[in-house]
This record gives sequence, C-alpha cells and structure tokens, in this order.
Amino acid sequence: MYDGGKIIPGLIIFVLFITFPVWYNRGNAGAVPQPELPKKFKECVLPYADMRAEHMQLLNRWRDQVLRTGDWGFDVKIGDTMYQKSLMNTCMQCHTSKKKFCDRCHTYASVKPYCWDCHIAPVE
Amino acid sequence: MDKKRRDFLKIAGATTLAGLGGPAVVERLVSGTSPAQAKAAHGAETHGVVSEHEKENAPTGRRLGMVVDLRQLKKHPELMEKIVHACHAQHNVPHFPNKKDEIKWIWRTEFDKAFTEHSHYHKDKLTIANDVLVFCNHCDEPPCVKACPTRATFKTKDGIVAMDYHRCIGCRFCMAACPYGSRSFNWRDPRAGLDMNRINRHFPTRMRGVVEKCNFCAELVGLGKLPKCVEVCGSTRAMIFGDLNDPDSEIRKVLKDNFTIQRKPSLGTHPSVFYIV
Amino acid sequence: MFEKALKGNKYYWMWLAFLGTFMAIAAFCYVRQFHYGLGLTGMSRDVSWGLYISQFTFLVGVAAGGVMLALPYYVHNYKVFGKITILGEFLAIAALLMCLSFIVVDLGQPMRLMNVILHAQPRSMLFYDMIVLNGYLFLNILCGWVILTAERKEVKPPKWIYFFVYLSIPFAVSIHTVTAMLYCGLPGRHFWLSAIIAPRFLASAFAAGPALIVIVALILKRVANFDVGKKAVDKLATIILYAALVNMFFVGLEFFVAYYSNIPGHIHSIEYLFFGLEHNGHVYNNLVPFMRMFVVLFVVGVALLSIPYTRKRSDFWLGAGCTALFISLWLDKGIGFVLGGFVPNPLNEITEYYPTANEIFIVVGIWAMGGFVLTILYKIALGVEHEIEA
Ligand code: SF4
Ligand code: SF4
Ligand code: SF4
Repeated sequence: MYDGGKIIPGLIIFVLFITFPVWYNRGNAGAVPQPELPKKFKECVLPYADMRAEHMQLLNRWRDQVLRTGDWGFDVKIGDTMYQKSLMNTCMQCHTSKKKFCDRCHTYASVKPYCWDCHIAPVE
Repeated sequence: MDKKRRDFLKIAGATTLAGLGGPAVVERLVSGTSPAQAKAAHGAETHGVVSEHEKENAPTGRRLGMVVDLRQLKKHPELMEKIVHACHAQHNVPHFPNKKDEIKWIWRTEFDKAFTEHSHYHKDKLTIANDVLVFCNHCDEPPCVKACPTRATFKTKDGIVAMDYHRCIGCRFCMAACPYGSRSFNWRDPRAGLDMNRINRHFPTRMRGVVEKCNFCAELVGLGKLPKCVEVCGSTRAMIFGDLNDPDSEIRKVLKDNFTIQRKPSLGTHPSVFYIV
Repeated sequence: MFEKALKGNKYYWMWLAFLGTFMAIAAFCYVRQFHYGLGLTGMSRDVSWGLYISQFTFLVGVAAGGVMLALPYYVHNYKVFGKITILGEFLAIAALLMCLSFIVVDLGQPMRLMNVILHAQPRSMLFYDMIVLNGYLFLNILCGWVILTAERKEVKPPKWIYFFVYLSIPFAVSIHTVTAMLYCGLPGRHFWLSAIIAPRFLASAFAAGPALIVIVALILKRVANFDVGKKAVDKLATIILYAALVNMFFVGLEFFVAYYSNIPGHIHSIEYLFFGLEHNGHVYNNLVPFMRMFVVLFVVGVALLSIPYTRKRSDFWLGAGCTALFISLWLDKGIGFVLGGFVPNPLNEITEYYPTANEIFIVVGIWAMGGFVLTILYKIALGVEHEIEA
C-alpha cells in the first residue's frame, strides 16, 4: 500500500515544481527599483529608511486622524514648514510623479494599493 | 383557579410593579431628590411630548448645524443651481444622466417632497413657488450611524455625520435607515461620470461600491473655513453655518429670531439643519 | 461519508449537471458584476435593496422553518418525525449557505467583508444577524453530522450533542427575529416599522420551511425510495396550514392598521403592492400581479391542505397544495416585503424596480447552488438510512 519508491520521488518533483520561481530566479531579483526623488527637497516626514518601511502605516494613521478624529490641521513638520496630513495635498506635492515614484516600487513588489481608486494622482 | 396559580400570579404582579417602580426609587436614593426633580435635571433624556422634538445636546461639545433661509433662495433664483454645482464640483460628485446611477449630495426639490409631514391643503403662494435645497441633516441621533455595521458612517466630535470610504462595505443598510434619502450609492465607477481634467485635485473621488453623501464640508471646516454652499451664498446669507451648542454663535441668534422648521422632526433623529420658510 | 454523494444513478448526475449549469452561468454573471459594480442590477438610489436581499430574507425563513420538526422531535420526543427531522436540518444548511451568498453578492465591496468583525458596531442589527446566521449554520452542520454518524454506526448519538440540538432551537427563532429587526427598527420606512414584522416572519417561515420539506419528502418517496411516513407528512401539513393562516392573519392586521388609521405613510406601500399607487397622474403597479398571485395561491394552498380528500388521499394534491403555499409565501416575503418598503421613497417619489437579466441569473444560480448542496446532503443522509435498513 505504501509505495515509498513512488511517493518520495513524487514529493521531490512536487517540491521542486512549486518552488520553481524561487530557484529559477536565484540570485537574480531583477533590477532594484529606483524611485525618482524630488530634486528641490531633501527631507521627508520621517527619515528615508522609516519612510521606505512604514509609509503605509503612516498613511493609515493620518487617514484615521484626519477622517475619524477630525484632526485636519497643518501639524506635519518637514524642515521648517508645516504641512497637512494628506496624501494628495502633501505627499504628492513634492513627489509630483506617481509613475516615477510610487509605481516603480509597487510594480516591482507587485503590490496594488487601492489608494488611487479614489485619490487623484498628479497630472503627468 | 388553584392556589399555586394564584400565588404565582401574585408574585408575578409584585415583581412587575417592583420592576416598574424600581428605577425611580433607585434614582431617588442616588440623587437624593424626588423622582420628578431627578427627571427635570435630566431634561435631555426625558421622552416627554414636547421635549422630544427639541432635544438640545449636552452643552459640552460642538454640534455643527445649518439654517437654510428659503426666503433668500427665493429672492436669488439663480443661487440654488450655483450652490448645487459648487458642492458637487468641490467634492467631485459624478454626474450620470441615467437616473438609476444617480449620485447627489445636495439638490433642489419641491416643498412637499422635502416636508412630507406638513399639510399641503390650500398652500400659500410662497410655498408652492418655493423650492427647497435638501442634503444630509447631520442628525444628532442619526439612524444611519446606528445601522452601519462597520462604523464607516460615524459621528465626529463636532457633530458631523461623516463617512470613511475606506471602510464601507457597500451593504446599503444606511440608505435604508436614512429617512431623508440623503445617501447615494456608487453603482459603478464614479470616475466614468466625471471629467477627469476638470476635477478638484484637492479632494478625492470615490470608488464603486461605497455609499456617499454631504460631509458638511469637513475638509474645509476642519481648516477653519466655511462649507462651500455657505460660501457661495455669501452676503445673501441664505445659508448660515455654525455651532448649535454655542449660545453666542450667529446660528443660534438666527434660530432665536426666526421661526424655523426641520424635516420629519417626529422621527426623533434631531436634524441639525433648519429651514426658515 | 462523502463517498455516498459520489454514487448515484444517471438521473442523479443529470440533475446535478442541470443545477451546475445554472451555477456556472451565475458565476460568470457575478464576475461581470464584480468588475462593473452593482450598476448591473436594477437597483437604484431609491430602491437600494433588490432581489438579492429579498431572497436572503425569505431564505432565512426557510432555514428557520426546520425548527418545526426539531422542536416536536427532540423536545417533545415526537417519534413520528424521526426520519423527517434530518431533512429539516440539512435543508437549513443549504438555505443558510444561500443566505450568505445573497449577502455577499449584494455587497458593493465584498473584499472588505471582514470589516464587520474588525470594526464591529454592536448597535447595528447586521452585526447580530451575522452572529446568529453563522451560529445557526454551525449548529446545524454539527448536529446533522454527529447524529447521522451515530445513526450509521447504529448507536445512540452522544449525550453532549443534545446541548447543541436544544441550543439550535432558540437560534432558529433568533435568526428570523434578528432579520426582521433589520427592517422594523428603521425610522421613516412605515411599511417596515411595525412590531408585527418579527412574528409575521416567523409565521411565514414556519409555513414555508415545512412546505418545502413536504415537497422534498414527496419527491424522495418517488425517486429515492425513502418514505418518511404518512403520519409525519400529515402532521407537517397541519403545522403548515396553521402557520400560513397565522401569517395571513398578520397581513390582515397590517391592512387594518393602515386603512383604519388612514395614515398616508402606512397606506402607501400596501396600496402600491396590492392596488397600484397613483402619483402625478401615473399609476405605479409593477408588483400588483405578484401580490395578487400571493393571495390567490394562498387561498388555493390552504384549500388543498384543508380538504380531507386532497390532503389525505393523494400525494399529488398534497404536493400541489404545499407548492402553492410555498410560492405564495415567497411572493409575499421574497418579493413584496422588501421591494414594497422602498415605495414611496423618503421624499414621496416613486421609483420602480425592474431586475436585470444579469441579476436574475445570479439569483437563479444561487438557488441552484442551494439545490445542489441540498441534493448532495440528502444523498448522504439517505445513503446512511438505506445502509441501516439493508
Ligand atoms: S440625514 Fe440621513 S444620512 Fe444624514 S445623518 Fe440623518 S440619517 Fe444620516
Ligand atoms: S453601505 Fe457602507 S456606510 Fe452604509 S451601512 Fe454599509 S458599510 Fe456602513
Ligand atoms: S455642507 Fe458641503 S458637502 Fe454639504 S451640501 Fe454644503 S457644500 Fe455640499
């Protein structure tokens, strides 16, 4: 009943098959994306590393503070200027191209945030 | 009737009485006053015949509201269209010619449609001729908020009945619950009904499958500005906006000096929008 | 036990294939709706719930109706219902799956369904509806399965299961009560704002659910050589008859309140449903044929179930009577109740609702799915019964 001779090679083939994309692309993660940074500004809301890792949590937090707590004020400090907590009215005022900024990483990581179903990307 | 049964009924009766009278007794013990006084002190909670319609919020906290002066709208006939257009442009409200897909935040309608509970027998000239602007009443006891299973519709600390489109699952329970027809559903992608080159780039659109309605211009009020419709009215003062809980506000003064009506006050939703006929 | 569903004659497979076709069409239509939005349905700003939610409402009743078997059998130890009770439990499972499907296809953003749990709002009746519906589904699967397994082994079901069996009885009542509360707690919808909605729903459920069970039992007697017993069917017919009469009594009370009080808001919807509502010189009456049919079929069904000859002598007329009542109650609750509540809208305007083909195909497909699940579950149950007999 337990035909080890068939099961084990079968299992090996199965494992190889489902991990195919991993070892086929081994050591070749594709070109690392290069989002285009604003030229005029040097500083962001948080240090670069934090922005890279946590911008989605930051946006969610802003969303809840603005929408649910009703806290619309200009209280984000970048450099010496105060900004609103807003994707469209703050982030995208510096990062003027969604295609060259957001999309480069998102496409690479194959994530499709639904922000843009409602929020309006800058004219390019 | 056998004895057991009679005993049972006696006990049941006594329990019921205790249940009815109990709270009053407790209240009296706690507050140290007679039940009548205790009730008066909680005036806002009484469900008396008169106070029900005119419930005032606890004086703490803001409750934003609006007064619409129909006399002024009558005097400036072009104003209504302007207001509707300004609101819809500010909030990227799509326009679909097909009535089935219709979305609207504020619109013009006849007096008897807005005020279905008023007598329409031998109406005066003014009422026949007067159209009304209707929009969300930002009710103080909003049934839509109670109905929403995800808290996508909620009341803010300023008394605005707001919506979180990120969270709405599109069940449309709130639409069934709103007794004023203030809510619209995105039956299809709203961007199909917008000219994407001429939209307001500072305010998002919505996506298909969520409900939307007048937000009392939270995005402007939050920055200390006036709602768009009020701004458009300008010096005509056809629409007046302010804090209903602030006794010194302009809106309170207008409410004091004029006879105003609300839409369907008998439903206990306590609308924050008032009309001067 | 699932292997029992895999053995069947030609007709069994043809029947499943027949249902499967409609399910496939519905899946295709749903994909279309998913991509375009609910604009592919006939719903609008004014009639914001349509066939989906009305089917949901009706099917909650069908699911709850099974309790009319469980209650006499388990609580009153009414042995006659021994064989038929399992039919009721499995019917509840199929009906609840249909209910949940109708809710999901009705959502504008189905991917966010979990928000109901993540951001639960305990003041919303939909929150409780979700709890009781899923709870009742779970209870029925559990009880049905455990009892059937025990039967197969020809042992008594374990004692602990009776806790869940008894628990499922208040749950059955609660699913339809909470579903009624979705409607009857909304201010400004006069047709729904009535304390009698929950009892009326229950009455109609206790007729519609058992009626379907009788129909199925009569079919199974012919095609699957499974006889639940004449006495059981006869008792059930009595239950159906009384429940249907009580439902009609409640409907009559609604008429009385509306027309005697003469309050326009209470009259409008009833007028619209049964006679047509005039507005600006136009008479809106697209639901009138359905509602009149409801009354006619009700009378026919009640007559067939109360005349001794048609009820006792002939399976055909008994089946016809139950079918008439089932359809009648479906027209009442699965069409009229939900759609009528939206007319007129809060501004006293009238918008009529006409479902689209896409929407109707989805509805039919979900019913087919229910039939599919039901067939498989019954196949398993009857397989076990036959095994014991053999
Ligand atoms: S008018 Fe309707 S949508 Fe607005 S707060 Fe009141 S119930 Fe809610
Ligand atoms: S449609 Fe959206 S806002 Fe309305 S009740 Fe459902 S989740 Fe809440
Ligand atoms: S308050 Fe703002 S959103 Fe509401 S009707 Fe006026 S302009 Fe429109």
